[in-house]
Amino acid sequence: MDASLIDWSRAQFALTAMYHWLFVPLTLGLGVIMGIMETIYVVRGDEYWRRVTQFWMKVFGVNFAVGVATGLILEFEFGTNWSNYSWLVGDIFGAPLAIEGIVAFFMESTFIAVMYFGWNKVSRGFHLASTWLTTLGATFSAWWILVANAWMQYPVGTHFDPDTVRNEMNSFGSFLEVAFSPMAVVKFCHTVSAGWLTGAVVVVGISAWYLLRRREERFARSSMLVGSIFGLVACGAVMLSGDSSGVMVGKAQPMKLAAFEGLYDGSEHAPLTIVGDLKIPNGLTVLATHRWTGFVPGINDILEGGYTLPDSTKALSAEEKMSRGVIALDALTQYRLARAAGRTEKAVIMREKLEDNMPYFGYGHILDKQDLVPPVPLVFWAFRIMVGLGSLFCLVFLLLVIVQYKKQLTRWPLLLRVAVWCIPLVYICSQAGWVCAEVGRQPWAIQDLLPVNAAVSALQSPAVRITFFIFLVIFTLLLIAELRILFRVVKKGPQIEEQDNEQKQTD
Amino acid sequence: MITYTFLQFYWWFIISLLGGLLVFLLFVQGGNSLYHWLGRDEAQRRMLINSTGRKWEFTFTTLVTFGGAFFASFPLFYSTSFGGAYWLWMLILVSFVLQAVSYEFQSKVGNVLGRRGYRILLVVNGFMGPFLLGVAVATFFTGADFTVNKLRLGDVTNPVVSSWGSAWHGLEALSNPWNVVLGLGVFFLARVLALLYFINNVRDDEVESRARRFLKFESILFLLFFLSFVGRLVTMPGLAVESWGRVTVQPLKYLNNLLEQPFVMGMFLLGVVLVLCGILLTLRVRAFRRGIWLSGSGTVLTVTALLLLAGWNGTCFYPSTADPHSSLHLYNSCASPATLQVMSVVSLLIPFVLAYIFYCWRAIDRKPITRQEMESGEHKY
Repeated sequence: MDASLIDWSRAQFALTAMYHWLFVPLTLGLGVIMGIMETIYVVRGDEYWRRVTQFWMKVFGVNFAVGVATGLILEFEFGTNWSNYSWLVGDIFGAPLAIEGIVAFFMESTFIAVMYFGWNKVSRGFHLASTWLTTLGATFSAWWILVANAWMQYPVGTHFDPDTVRNEMNSFGSFLEVAFSPMAVVKFCHTVSAGWLTGAVVVVGISAWYLLRRREERFARSSMLVGSIFGLVACGAVMLSGDSSGVMVGKAQPMKLAAFEGLYDGSEHAPLTIVGDLKIPNGLTVLATHRWTGFVPGINDILEGGYTLPDSTKALSAEEKMSRGVIALDALTQYRLARAAGRTEKAVIMREKLEDNMPYFGYGHILDKQDLVPPVPLVFWAFRIMVGLGSLFCLVFLLLVIVQYKKQLTRWPLLLRVAVWCIPLVYICSQAGWVCAEVGRQPWAIQDLLPVNAAVSALQSPAVRITFFIFLVIFTLLLIAELRILFRVVKKGPQIEEQDNEQKQTD
Repeated sequence: MITYTFLQFYWWFIISLLGGLLVFLLFVQGGNSLYHWLGRDEAQRRMLINSTGRKWEFTFTTLVTFGGAFFASFPLFYSTSFGGAYWLWMLILVSFVLQAVSYEFQSKVGNVLGRRGYRILLVVNGFMGPFLLGVAVATFFTGADFTVNKLRLGDVTNPVVSSWGSAWHGLEALSNPWNVVLGLGVFFLARVLALLYFINNVRDDEVESRARRFLKFESILFLLFFLSFVGRLVTMPGLAVESWGRVTVQPLKYLNNLLEQPFVMGMFLLGVVLVLCGILLTLRVRAFRRGIWLSGSGTVLTVTALLLLAGWNGTCFYPSTADPHSSLHLYNSCASPATLQVMSVVSLLIPFVLAYIFYCWRAIDRKPITRQEMESGEHKY
């Protein structure tokens, strides 16, 4: 395949996914916070909380629209730019996407209309239910998308059928394996809790900005309280799920884990690198295996093979895997030709040969073993940025909860300033997380089954280059518009106190 | 006993139904193409935009679900058509992306493009979306220039199974006049449905009388293009497939499909009658405002029936003009039995989804949109 076509197709998909992932986390997090605030309104019957909720709904609405727009392109790009992928794994991968549409996206988009336009048209209870169902819909949506993504990283519940020339599900059991694979569970928990964290950081950051300017104080304090407690809970969930995620990556994608750590030569007591020579002895082994002793392979080990795998077999070298991959591809071609010519005996032999070498099928499309190594510096630093910033947010939320408990919030202006700066940082953090997950698994579209060079559509590279720039311009424009609108919304503020004063004067 | 063949037919029905619902919901795009001319002042235009603005997400979600369901149930179509007719699908998607933000952003301070800019994008979506979707759907009958060769997967230098013949990658569909005819048919249908929807949903005497005037003209154009396409359809040959995969050209294939499937013919005729009733009653009876429900349900039935004609009764639903044997049909392009079974269980939720959509729609539309509502402090675009 044309290398430039593959690169532009990857660039376009990365662009769309990264832009999409700018907007989705806030939807997930802010949705829950709005739900909590509206619940307080309904329980207490206090009109003030209704206005607090409505302010955050304005922010939610602007952000939601762009998330929806980028999501549409993302779904269809599997077909437009990764057509071979769509055929080869559509039987498994398409189902979560379709279920997302039927079960989750309709729920989200139906109830969001009630959430915005129903304040004076439906009962309080129905409105509250609509707000929660909108958030639940977004969360279900994330579940199914992450099921699909997790399957790409850890393809369980599937077999290759040489007659249809694609990967297929066997039974309802295979679907359950896909839908509830351990990778899907940890990915969902980690990604959704990261979304909660983003929502909390945005709410807390904006509230801190008001407090620093001595504006909207009552509103800011209420929002800060809800946001920081929720943020602290989210931090716990992010850390726990991040830890489980590390173990899963170590098990299913050892090359990705080695890239996270820049680990070239593995050991039984692998250290965890903080930066440079600052290392925690044995840290990586403990994180990746949850045991004191356990071999964590480095990049060279994975390429050269020969180490003992958890199932006690010897790891094959990259060359051996590639040659067995070539055998698998050839066996598939021979099987198809034998079937077409009616040579049943040969077909049986070729099928057996294919099945013997199937675990290495994707390696048949790898031309150079160095292609199996993802861009290590990018992944290494992205991992550190993600973990470092995540730890900072935990600390900030902890301090904020403490100073609020001691009723000393405004005595800590530095903490409030840090909380404001956390808003851009949380986006850098979540993008770094995306880079870890997606760049770290290159060159695989589907781990060990299908590399990106065999997944792409047969297009001309200039066509994809043009659409890349079209999307770059559109998405950037949308981002700028969204940011400007949000800045204006925040600058104007909820004006609850002003409205109250006006109301009093009228009375 | 639920057989694989039954599941294939069932899933083509689900796809056809989603296609029918999508075309009905294109009234949002029809409204986008009309609001500027139907509303003469800002207050009227705002009412019209807010009217469709409360429904755009249904259309958008149906489009996403239509894509997702096609991917899951007929992955070879998804890979061949989307990867091949690249520009056609990209144009459709871009027009919908621009629309997605235009409602929400247009009235917000600091929105970069200004109200006028976003409204132009709504109009672009209103013209491009339905027309190009109609052109894309027409290729289910007129075919496209592609080949499918699964042996290619073993070729390391070019492992792509589906390849497209034309360097225009989908835009060549516009050179077939019948694709354009159906595109225009869908475009004018979307506008007719939008007019009926506005008559039902917006309470403003001027807008209503103008909408009724527009309706006459738009309906004539819709019928002209729609009937021309149907005329062509029942006289054209089609590619037939036998269950073991042999593809042959059959004269009057789609007419035969109608005659051999009375259920589909009944659905088609009932749909057309309902569409016409909705239009005629609205034109003739001054107080009648429920045309959208008659014509809307008629549209769902008609489009569903048309898509069933394309796929059922041993028909290639995506004929290849380059190599008839590469044509896609229910037997060679659908998902595995296990996936179709799983998806069929999920599809049982569809009536439940439709029920809550209907309930929420009614809750929001209990009171039609008025000038007073536009002047109130409630959320609006």
